[in-house]
Amino acid sequence: MAATNFSLMKFTANVREFFGETGNLAEFTGRFFSTGIKPRFELKELFNQCYLIGYKSLPLIALTGFIMGLVLTMQLRPSLVTYGVESQLPVMVGIAIVREIGPVITALIFAGKIASSIGAELGSMKVTEQIDAMEVGGTNPFKYLVATRVTATTVMLPVLTVMGDAICLFGAYIGVNIRSVTSFHLFFTQVFHSLSFGDALPAFIKTFFFGFAIGIVGCYKGYNSNKGTRGVGNSANSAVVLSSVMIFIIDLLAVQFTDILGLN
Amino acid sequence: MEAVIVIEHLFKSFGSNVVLNDFSLEVGKEENVVVLGKSGSGKSVLIKCIIGLLKPDSGTIKVFGENIPDLNHEELDRMRTKIGFLFQGNALYDSMTVRENLEFSLRRHWIDFSQQKVDGLVMEALENVGLPHTVEMMPAELSGGMLKRVALARTMILQPEIILYDEPTTGLDPVTAREIDNLILKLQRKYHTSSIIITHDMNCVKNTADRVALLLDGKCYAQGKYAEFERSTDQHIKQFFE
Repeated sequence: MAATNFSLMKFTANVREFFGETGNLAEFTGRFFSTGIKPRFELKELFNQCYLIGYKSLPLIALTGFIMGLVLTMQLRPSLVTYGVESQLPVMVGIAIVREIGPVITALIFAGKIASSIGAELGSMKVTEQIDAMEVGGTNPFKYLVATRVTATTVMLPVLTVMGDAICLFGAYIGVNIRSVTSFHLFFTQVFHSLSFGDALPAFIKTFFFGFAIGIVGCYKGYNSNKGTRGVGNSANSAVVLSSVMIFIIDLLAVQFTDILGLN
Repeated sequence: MEAVIVIEHLFKSFGSNVVLNDFSLEVGKEENVVVLGKSGSGKSVLIKCIIGLLKPDSGTIKVFGENIPDLNHEELDRMRTKIGFLFQGNALYDSMTVRENLEFSLRRHWIDFSQQKVDGLVMEALENVGLPHTVEMMPAELSGGMLKRVALARTMILQPEIILYDEPTTGLDPVTAREIDNLILKLQRKYHTSSIIITHDMNCVKNTADRVALLLDGKCYAQGKYAEFERSTDQHIKQFFE
């Protein structure tokens, strides 16, 4: 009986914590729209963050994208050979990469690199009172630290996804040429002939939401960090976990939404 | 003496933990008031309420006649140019050089300053604390005493009229602590600032205080000159001298 009561109390506490955390995250997001995107804009810091978040992530996104394209092609080939449709390989990988794998894998890699980095950086600044020092110095830390990072992730992830898709397709082209010979022109002609507006646009639009979620979760976790160095570690860790979960939730919502609009 | 800070009936609690309980204090122009109290007595909470980092539950904190809890964000930012705050842990931006740390606030408040003017102010601030050679160094390359001096230079660069020191000598050896005390006095004389110094270091109290206030049970338990405190027979005061 006592064990049941304890489990029930623990469950109730977890539910309460979940809703409390969700409410706080919603409030933090609301603060971004109410104060973060109003003048005065921190343009210099925004460009700096775009460089750090976007440009510095490109090698990792390119490498993982290339390997993903290569592996996907090599994994798909045997199944297509079985059904005698090996010639459709560029079409299959093209649609898979542009619609789903490119945006989601890029976002997950990006979340692993950037959400953790933002969570740890802001968490460390929080516990060493650097955020308070900024506020005391007359700088709005929410604008300077949060608004710039969230805007940078929102803007840079779609750019990285387009680049990642292109490199992933190049990896797929190499993958196709490992077992057979296909010209660069023929491969990409087949890929682009199979793709429509309804494939590319929703996939591109959802990356803005992925980027926003990664930025806001990383900043939220870092900005509300406490309990010293362990708190900083927890912030970085939970920023990656929560932003990865949010990517899948947004993906699920996006597929439902495009279905309703008849774009699937 | 004209009062620059007037705190009246200040209450602040965190949940059921009452930290400030009807606290009142006045600080005069060009006066150094040391707030003495045990660890966890609410000294840091007090100065964070004064600078607007924490909002009190009730009571007034008038700085140059303006009640801090009533100010909006823009008004608070403007007020903060007149108040410097030296953090206990220095709170230097660890990803910036010493120069960038000092320039940061300066650039935001006086955006029309030329680079030459900014460089001049940065070097003047560093010369005041005896560390002009550290200008291109990172905070991680500096010792504890140097970090405190750079933090003090950053606090002074906007030439505030009031400075709030949060345990300025904690964690420093006696010689460096004495140097920081002397620096506080030197800068006060040079810029005619008023200060609240939060500490439990009795040497710091002795060296810097024009007046001492003892924070006990959330209230201003006693006020007076250092010598009066030293002679006091009150148990709560005496324990700081034992």
